Amino acid sequence: MVTASIIVLGVIGIIAAILLFLAAKKFYVYEDPRIGEIEKILPGANCGGCGFSGCHAFAVECANASSLSGLNCTGVDAEGMKKIAGIVGLAAVAAQKKVAIVKCSASCENRDPRNHYDGVRSCAIESALYQGESDCIYGCLGCGDCVAACPFGAMQMEPGETLPHIDLNKCTGCGKCVEACPRNLCELVPYNEGRPIVWVACANRDRGPVAMKECGVACIGCTKCRKVCPNEAPAIASFLAHIEQEKCTSCGECIKACPRHTIVSTSPINSNTTVI
Amino acid sequence: MKTFLKGGIHPPEYKITADSPIVRLPIPPELRIMLSQCIGAPSKAIVKPGDHVSAGQIIAEAGGFVGAPIHSPVNGTVKKIEPTRTAQGIWQDSIVIAPDEESVENAPDQIRSDQEVDNLSPEDVIAIVGEAGIVGLGGATFPTRVKLSVPKGKTATTVLINGAECEPCLTCDDALMRSEADKIAKGTLLIMKATGATEGYIGIEENKPRAIEAMKKASEAYSNLSVVTLKKKYPQGGEKQLIYAITGKTVPAGALPIETGCIVDNVATAFAIYEAVYTGRPSTERILTVTGPEVTNPGNYLVKNGTPLSFILEYAGGLPEDTGKVIAGGPMMGRAISTIEATATKGLSGLVVLPQSVALRKQEGPCIRCAKCVSVCPMGLEPYLMILQADMKMWDEMSQHGVMNCLECGCCSYACPSHRPILDMIKLGKQELRKKK
Repeated sequence: MVTASIIVLGVIGIIAAILLFLAAKKFYVYEDPRIGEIEKILPGANCGGCGFSGCHAFAVECANASSLSGLNCTGVDAEGMKKIAGIVGLAAVAAQKKVAIVKCSASCENRDPRNHYDGVRSCAIESALYQGESDCIYGCLGCGDCVAACPFGAMQMEPGETLPHIDLNKCTGCGKCVEACPRNLCELVPYNEGRPIVWVACANRDRGPVAMKECGVACIGCTKCRKVCPNEAPAIASFLAHIEQEKCTSCGECIKACPRHTIVSTSPINSNTTVI
Repeated sequence: MKTFLKGGIHPPEYKITADSPIVRLPIPPELRIMLSQCIGAPSKAIVKPGDHVSAGQIIAEAGGFVGAPIHSPVNGTVKKIEPTRTAQGIWQDSIVIAPDEESVENAPDQIRSDQEVDNLSPEDVIAIVGEAGIVGLGGATFPTRVKLSVPKGKTATTVLINGAECEPCLTCDDALMRSEADKIAKGTLLIMKATGATEGYIGIEENKPRAIEAMKKASEAYSNLSVVTLKKKYPQGGEKQLIYAITGKTVPAGALPIETGCIVDNVATAFAIYEAVYTGRPSTERILTVTGPEVTNPGNYLVKNGTPLSFILEYAGGLPEDTGKVIAGGPMMGRAISTIEATATKGLSGLVVLPQSVALRKQEGPCIRCAKCVSVCPMGLEPYLMILQADMKMWDEMSQHGVMNCLECGCCSYACPSHRPILDMIKLGKQELRKKK
């Protein structure tokens, strides 16, 4: 009985194997083997930072490209892009590394909560409902939509914290947080190791006196930063300064001049620097 | 008794102001009239600071086709045009008017006799309604001029006047029907005239017997007007629910009521139309219910557009000490306000002041698959599924399950024994889908 079972099952197995073999031959689709190799180098997060729908689509694009200019995975370093270039036999085109910054630095001490939000912990829902817990209708809501959206674990917010901070080593500049933030507080800026990023950590577009009441570290549009900057990097519109990163040399003069301590940096430049 | 087909809930009524008469609120020392008071484009201010305006004068014109002009509620001087916080705390432009010390009453009425009104053509009525800046006063604030203009190729047969007032706590429509039944009936006839409809129904929930009686008496004289008593069930006043309850017709998904030949308007809108056509008064004031278990003088107040909410609450006896939340609108569909410095708008139907003990949400638990949300959904949707889909950002799947048909009545969240924020997540899904379009 046992022998019969083994024989029957064995025969079925052999027939199925033959059928599978024939089907595999019949429906064989040729795929460039380089695509698989490239995908092994890519992070596999499907973040879309490269501009394509996912890692596979990017790999296909690389394999078919005639030049790698404009093709750059934000998730791999320059070394990785060189490897990809080696696989497809093209020259690697170095791209500027970008990282995300958060344009709000107001913790609970800087702006009093005026009401209590006890709804779903989601920035998208809270911002659709109303102004948020403080009087500032532009600032961080602190529910962590960006943290949830980050595929690389670069956005972090410890329990009890009300502002996210970014691990520059982990951030790939994919832009998921930019999409996720309902208040458009995340921005991608160029980042070169060794030169700290200096930015205005505020998005408040209210007039100076109003902004001053709303938040202890709100930009009031006083233009002092622009006056001291040797390169005119800070541009001021709607009572809000914004540092144009192409012009900024991270000299730190604006940080010294800002009466509101709104301008922050990724590493200390002078004694006034707030490091985020 | 007539009612809608699926779902619905029976929340406690708490209509403590059901016997209160309509009380006219004094004019506040300063009016802040928001420029964005209807669904659609915000209006554009046409006055400058320093201008003297008289009651009933247009101070802001419609911002687009879907829009409505705004009129000055008082004689006074425009002080400035500056941003004011809305009830949600967002800055929006407003016109600040300081009323004159004397003669702040309405401008003399341009009274039309019954004969003159009979001679008006439907286009005339629609034009008067548009000029008067009337928007849907039930809370949706859709410009009535647009609603009355029946699109080409469609015909309106039935006008439904929504006097259901199914929201707990609110009694402003009830109070209006009790005291101004004749005018509402005439307003309904005007809507029928404007749209070419042949029959009119006024739907009222069974818990307002005096309003039913008054409206029945007022509509006796008109053969094409009748009062329908509806079962007390929330959301009886939902547009699609009301149409089904009264006519038995179902509005197709994603379509407007006009597909079934119906036009639905609130009783307060019908009254505003009467006022505009018969007396020439534009929409500058409305009745709103101020209520709450600990409010000293709850009641139905006739309030000028632009009156600060703090002034209204002060008149009602001030905010009780342990106030936890003030809701603009009814407790089911209204939203908590974040500042009482906001001002009354055309769409504000009530202020519900809740004490601390009931203001907070209850601890959320896991879904126990009891399907209560499914059984109470008046649109026959599956809310338990949608909250999961929204959690996983499956917007397209939400759309396939008909999330856009949700009328945001909140029955699902109300019925959920685990206190899950179902409606919040459904709203998020609708918002994301609208963004994608």
